[in-house]
Amino acid sequence: MIGQQIFNGLTLGMCYALLAVGYSLVFGILRLVNFSHGSIYAFGAHAALLFVSLKFGIVPAILLSLLLTGVLGIVIDKTALEPLRKKNSIGIASLITTIGISNIIQNLLTVYFGSEKKAFPALFDFGTITVGGIQITWTQIFICIISFALMLLLVLLVKKTKVGLAMRGCEQNAKAASLMGVNVNFVISFTFFIGGVSAAIAGTLISGYYQIVYPTMGYMAGLKAFAAAVLGGIGSIPGALTGGLLVGVSESMAATFLGSTYRDCMAFVILIIVLIVRPNGLFGKKGITKV
Amino acid sequence: MAILQVTGITKRFGGIVAVDKVGFEVNKGEIVSIIGPNGAGKTTIFNMLTGVYTIDEGEIIFDGKPIHNHKPQDIVKAGISRTFQNIRLFQDLRVVENVLVGTHIKTNYSFLDSVLRTGRFRKEEDEKVFEAIQILKSIGLDDRRDDYAQNLPYGDQRKLEIARAIATGAKVLLLDEPAAGMNPQESAELLQFIRSLQKQGYTIILIEHDMSVVMNISDRIYVIDHGKPIAHGLPAEIANNPKVIEAYLGGVSASA
Amino acid sequence: MDKKQHDANANKKKNMVYYIEYYVDKYKIPLAAVTAVLLIVLPQVVSNQYIVTTAVKIGIYIMLALGLNILVGYTGLVSLGHAGFVAIGAYTASLLATRLGLNFFGSIIIGMVVAGLAGLLLGLPTLRLSGTYLSIVTLGFGEIVKTIAMNWDPVTNGTLGVKNIPAPSIFGYKLTIANNGLYYLMLVMLLLIALFCYAVYKSRTGRAFLAIKTDEMAGIMMGINVTYYKVLAFVLSAVISAAAGALYATLIGYIDPNTFTFDVSTLILSIVILGGMGTIRGMFLGAAILISFPEVSRSLMDYRFVVYGLILVIMMRFRPQGLLGWKSQMPYRLSKYVKGRLEETKQDSSVVKQ
Repeated sequence: MIGQQIFNGLTLGMCYALLAVGYSLVFGILRLVNFSHGSIYAFGAHAALLFVSLKFGIVPAILLSLLLTGVLGIVIDKTALEPLRKKNSIGIASLITTIGISNIIQNLLTVYFGSEKKAFPALFDFGTITVGGIQITWTQIFICIISFALMLLLVLLVKKTKVGLAMRGCEQNAKAASLMGVNVNFVISFTFFIGGVSAAIAGTLISGYYQIVYPTMGYMAGLKAFAAAVLGGIGSIPGALTGGLLVGVSESMAATFLGSTYRDCMAFVILIIVLIVRPNGLFGKKGITKV
Repeated sequence: MAILQVTGITKRFGGIVAVDKVGFEVNKGEIVSIIGPNGAGKTTIFNMLTGVYTIDEGEIIFDGKPIHNHKPQDIVKAGISRTFQNIRLFQDLRVVENVLVGTHIKTNYSFLDSVLRTGRFRKEEDEKVFEAIQILKSIGLDDRRDDYAQNLPYGDQRKLEIARAIATGAKVLLLDEPAAGMNPQESAELLQFIRSLQKQGYTIILIEHDMSVVMNISDRIYVIDHGKPIAHGLPAEIANNPKVIEAYLGGVSASA
Repeated sequence: MDKKQHDANANKKKNMVYYIEYYVDKYKIPLAAVTAVLLIVLPQVVSNQYIVTTAVKIGIYIMLALGLNILVGYTGLVSLGHAGFVAIGAYTASLLATRLGLNFFGSIIIGMVVAGLAGLLLGLPTLRLSGTYLSIVTLGFGEIVKTIAMNWDPVTNGTLGVKNIPAPSIFGYKLTIANNGLYYLMLVMLLLIALFCYAVYKSRTGRAFLAIKTDEMAGIMMGINVTYYKVLAFVLSAVISAAAGALYATLIGYIDPNTFTFDVSTLILSIVILGGMGTIRGMFLGAAILISFPEVSRSLMDYRFVVYGLILVIMMRFRPQGLLGWKSQMPYRLSKYVKGRLEETKQDSSVVKQ
């Protein structure tokens, strides 16, 4: 029973982690909480629903939705956030902008798709296997494998590639990086693209898991993923993974032992406790006050 | 008797020893300068004196009482105030309001007084505004009273920082490169002002790069390099000290 | 010489803001009188319950914005969970009124006290957190309050919410929308809260808040007890929001956990931003626009929430300081006493010179 809940929680946690990575990457470079990330995730799920229903093949449909969501990320940055950076606006301006964008996306989805919950096809429905008394569906296995592989890929991208080096450079000091010839705006666009794609993957996976999509699905998932990102130490991919898993497992435990209505606030309870003990998250570094 | 007695203070950041067993003493009414090349640890010493950093070793005795590792606000209340190397004014506040923030700890009315606008509130507030204006007059900023701090020219911003530090009522002022970015005439005026502060009974500790300022105004000078004390004495002694000349000329060239 | 020229230029550059301020200041007594009369006769003239209800709603959101403004605008702490404080105020007051039959004025005060304690509790983590981390904790706080309201069935009645919240009454006289009583109650509360915010702003407390917002370290170096003032900002903000929340509950007559979602928190924040962070005037305009907007734009139907998001995005792009968020161009106002003493010293020094 407990083993089953832990496993369910881990599956869910992998999705949160994937979503949390999007917050982390953007925060790392821009020091900005991208509040529209949850809506981007919902957008990805709806795009997948739309393209799959057009029946030109599931794999191309999903790839197209990933691409489109990635582009949406870039569009958001280029139209709304980049102008603010050019003007050197205060941080809260960008934060509010992303809240506004979130509002726009979510309500446009409501206008075009309707606010009700819609059925999403089960993508990897190959039945169930039982390991040591724990029932595992193939969907769960796929979620875990895909999420983990993607995160590994992201870590490699950040650590081993040229664009990853540029990303880390911008994270440390965007101005210095640009003086060294790094195209900072490209790096930021690229980061938003990756963020959008990972959100769309998470959206497709979770929709395939629960088999429903709705415009406000990104709201709670987004908040929890953000909590997970902060929990692990925002800006760090392993941190996002740890945070995501922690949130996923605690949520599924809370649902079992406290009742499902407590599920939604578990992420925040843990987060507040962790932040009070470790103000920079589990893996965050402590900075020296410069005076 | 020394008003400020600093013995063997040390600060480490990770493996780096930023300040290594530095000691000095400052007598009441003195102007003492701490000089040294860039990165010598001068500002770190100020941060230790004002409680921004805790110290790893040593002690700081102010007015006979230890103040090291006390909270910054308690150190200000005890009577040590400072300015910053990279100006840290309240940029969105007016000049006079910046000085009024400085009077914060001396303003004696309760929260309830301010909400109910009691007589005590009005009296205190009036007195502090008047005092703030007097301070601004003395430093030559009164005609800028209504301006926002961010609109002041650089030199005036530095002056405003000093005005704000004075407003706290502290009698020991730590000035971190007060003449930086000033033209010769402005810095001469500033020297004049610092002297007048000394006459009014203030004790001043100065970090400065501009040698002409330091040699002119200091009663005594302490030199540090790489976080370690290398010399101290009267300005004339320091100017001829081979160790000091080496630290300056061997490292970064002296700016004056 | 240079300086004098500079000053002359500064004088020449008197812009629109200066003139607006100058004339508002010059005619402030007649302006205030006209506004007061208009506000007082408004419900008599329109006598349309829907409009009066909307007016009360706008008033409530002005109060909420004034409360949040203390945190965001004055102290620079971005709270994303303000709905939590509203919920605490609304629930405490409503439950006391419905279960124990306590009078509105008694229950609102207890609601404010409870919210103040919650503010204290939430303010304490701010000792260690800053920026984003603080915001996420406030966000979590809002969600936790909602969850408690949802699950603490014996007290809060869970997802069913609290029904039949009685209208406030004074000496047995019920204040409702129909008899405009609620409207006037809103006006009185709004006036008190606005005056309170002004009094806090123009005092050492307000200056300490602003100092913490602009440069916390410099504030510490001025001897400001940053911990105390941050927690104070949370408590004041919570207390004001709770009062507005309690009024909201009696206006609608029904509350449930979904009355106080993250959307409410962002709406209040949007009002503060749109009007102009750190100003009092801005909260009035911001609330008037954002609360009346969904009401007047019913023709846009589904698109109105899209437009609402667009407002935020466009505002941030072109006027991030908010519609009314300008810095005063008028000279710093000195009291008669200070002016008098300055005159004295001027005469003294001229005597000395002679």
